[in-house]
Amino acid sequence: MNLFFENVRLALFSLKANKMRALLTMLGIIIGIASVIAIMTVGNSLSSYMTGELSSLGTNNVYVSISRREKKTETTEEGHSFEQDNSQASLTEDDLMNREMIENYAETYADKISAIGIQRNVGSGQIVQGTKKIGVDVNGITLGYMLTDNVKLKAGRFFNERETGTSKRVCIVSNKVVDKMFGGNDSDAIGSIVQVQIDTAYYDFTIVGVYDYEAGAGALASYMSMGDTTDMYIPYQTAADIVHADYVVYFTVLAKADVDPDEFADLTKQFFAPYYRNNDNWTIDAYSMASYVEMMSSMMGTLTTAISVIAGIALLVGGIGVMNIMLVSITERTREIGTRKALGAPNSSIRLQFIVEAVVICLIGGMIGIAIGVGGGSLAASLLLKSPANPSIASIIGSLLFSMAIGVFFGYYPANKAAKMDPIEALRYE
Amino acid sequence: MEERKKIIDLQDIIKKFYIGTPNELTVLHGIDLEVYEGEFVAVVGASGSGKSTLMNIIGSLDRPTSGKYVLDGVDMIKAKDSELSGIRNQKIGFVFQTYNLIAKTNALKNVEMPMLYAGVHGKKRTERAKELLTLVGMEDRMKHLPEELSGGQKQRVAIARAMANDPAIILADEPTGALDSSTGRLVMDIFHKLHREQGKTIVLITHSPELAEETDRVITLKDGLVTSIRSGMGGRLE
Repeated sequence: MNLFFENVRLALFSLKANKMRALLTMLGIIIGIASVIAIMTVGNSLSSYMTGELSSLGTNNVYVSISRREKKTETTEEGHSFEQDNSQASLTEDDLMNREMIENYAETYADKISAIGIQRNVGSGQIVQGTKKIGVDVNGITLGYMLTDNVKLKAGRFFNERETGTSKRVCIVSNKVVDKMFGGNDSDAIGSIVQVQIDTAYYDFTIVGVYDYEAGAGALASYMSMGDTTDMYIPYQTAADIVHADYVVYFTVLAKADVDPDEFADLTKQFFAPYYRNNDNWTIDAYSMASYVEMMSSMMGTLTTAISVIAGIALLVGGIGVMNIMLVSITERTREIGTRKALGAPNSSIRLQFIVEAVVICLIGGMIGIAIGVGGGSLAASLLLKSPANPSIASIIGSLLFSMAIGVFFGYYPANKAAKMDPIEALRYE
Repeated sequence: MEERKKIIDLQDIIKKFYIGTPNELTVLHGIDLEVYEGEFVAVVGASGSGKSTLMNIIGSLDRPTSGKYVLDGVDMIKAKDSELSGIRNQKIGFVFQTYNLIAKTNALKNVEMPMLYAGVHGKKRTERAKELLTLVGMEDRMKHLPEELSGGQKQRVAIARAMANDPAIILADEPTGALDSSTGRLVMDIFHKLHREQGKTIVLITHSPELAEETDRVITLKDGLVTSIRSGMGGRLE
C-alpha cells in the first residue's frame, strides 16, 4: 500500500512537471468522456422530462389522428411504374373525421373505451374584466377530455350533458386566471360571467370550474405558449358553433385499465381504415402513449449510441496518446528505472509505477471530462428543456472506471517495457 | 588469527559477452576475490580492465558466465532472477559516479526509497532516513530536491540512501569521479567514517591510485585478471 501511494504521488509529480504535455495527452480522454457524459446528461434530463410529462397525460391513452399516407407505387397500363407523390396533397374538410365516425367507433368498442377526449381549438383570446386582461387559449372539449388529458379540477364542477349538448356558454379556467382576475378566490370566480374576446368578437361565459394549471397537462402547454396564457375550456359543441366547423383532426382515447393500449391502437386503425379506403393521400393513424414514450426513448438511445461510438473513437485515440506519452516518459526516465532496480525495486513494482501513472493521467482526464460533460450537459438541458439537469450517477461512475481501464490497458505495454529493462543498460543510458 | 567472516567470495569468475557469435568477448578471465566483513577494499584498473563488469557482477546486476559467487552467505549463482532484486535491496548499497538520485523527489524521499521497496513502514522509514542524512551531514537539506543540491551534497544523499537497509556491502563506483578534489575528499571522509564507526564493508571502484591507497586493500585488475592484491595505507594505519 505504501508503494502504491508513493506511486500515485510520483505520478502526480511527473504530471505537474509536464503540465502542458499532460493536458495534451489527456485531451482525447477529456473529449471522449465529456461527450458521453454530456449526451447522457441531456438524454437523461430529456427522458425524465418526457416520461414525467407524458405519464401525467395517462399511459393508457391512444392517440388517433389524420396522417399522410405512405407513398404508393403504382403501375400504369403501359407497365411504367412511378411513385405517387402525395407530399403536396392538402388536407380538405372531406379528409377529416366527423363526429358520426367517432360515435360509431365509441359504440363499437364501448367495452374497451373509458373516455374519448376531443379538443376543438377556437383560437387565442383574452378575458377582459374592466382594466384587467389575461390571455387564454380557448378550446372546446368533450366530457372525456378531462380524463384523457388529466385535467384536475381545483374548484367548481365540470360541464354537464345538457351544457355540452346545447352549446351553452360555460367555461372552465385555470387557477392563473382566478389569481389574476379574482384575487385567487375560487368561490368568487365560480358563477361569475366573464367577457372573452376572440379575434374581434366578444363572448360572455359563465365560469363553472377552476382547474389546477401546475398539476396537470397544462405544464407541458405552458412551455409552448408564452407568459400567462393558459387554456380555457368550453363545451365542444359551443366551440364548434363558434367556428362553424364540426370536424375532427385528432382525438384521444383513454382505454380501460385491462385493455392493452398497443393492441387497441391497432384495432382503432383497422376500424377507421374502411372510411379512408378511397382516400389516396390520407389515412388514420393511432398510437399508444406507451409506444410514443418508447419511440422517444429509442430515438434517444440511437443518438446516445451514435455519440458513444464517436466518443469511443476519441477514447481510443486518447488511449493511444497515453501509451505514446508513457513510452516517451519511460525513455526519458531510463536511468531512474535503472537506479530503482539497483536499489532493489522488483520488476512488478516498476510495472505498477508506470501503470499507476497512466491510470492517474486517464483518471484526471476522465474527471475533467466528467466535469465538462456534466456542466455542458446541464447547461444544454436547462436551456433546451428549462428543466433541472439530471446527470446519471451510473454513467459518471462508469466513465471513471472506463478511464481507469484505458489507463491500465494502454499503460501496460510501456510499463511492462520499463519493468523488463536491463538494469545495466538502463543505468548507463545517457 | 581470528576467523573473519567472508562477505564476498568470488571464485574463478568468467564473464563472456556475445557468446556464440564471432564477436565473442571474454571480459573477465577467472577472478578470485574475497572481501571480509568490515573491510574497505579498492578495485583499481584502467578502462577496459573489467572493473565495471566485476562491479555489476558483485552488485548482482549481472551474472557471471561461470564461477562461484557467495554474498553474505547467499549463493548468488543459484539465486533466481526474481530473488536478485530483494538481494540488491537488502544486501547491497550502490553509490554511483553520477549520483542517480530520483529527480523531483527530495533528499529524504530518496533515502526512503530502498526502504519503501523493503516494505518498511512510514514513521520508521522517515526516522531512519533522517538519521542517515544526519550521519552524512545533510540534516539541513532533507527537503531539498536533487536539482537544488551540489554534486557533493547529492553524493552524500546517495551514500545515505545506500545505507538505508543496512546492507552487507556498499558498492561505490567512482563515487568521486564527478567531483572536484575538495568535495571528493569530503565524500571519501564519509566512507572512512562509515568504515571506522559503523564497521561497514565497502568496495570502492576507482581509477585514482591516491584514493585507493587510503583503503585496507587495493586490488588491481588488468585485462580481466587480478594482477595484484596488496595492503593500502588504510590497512597500515589501523
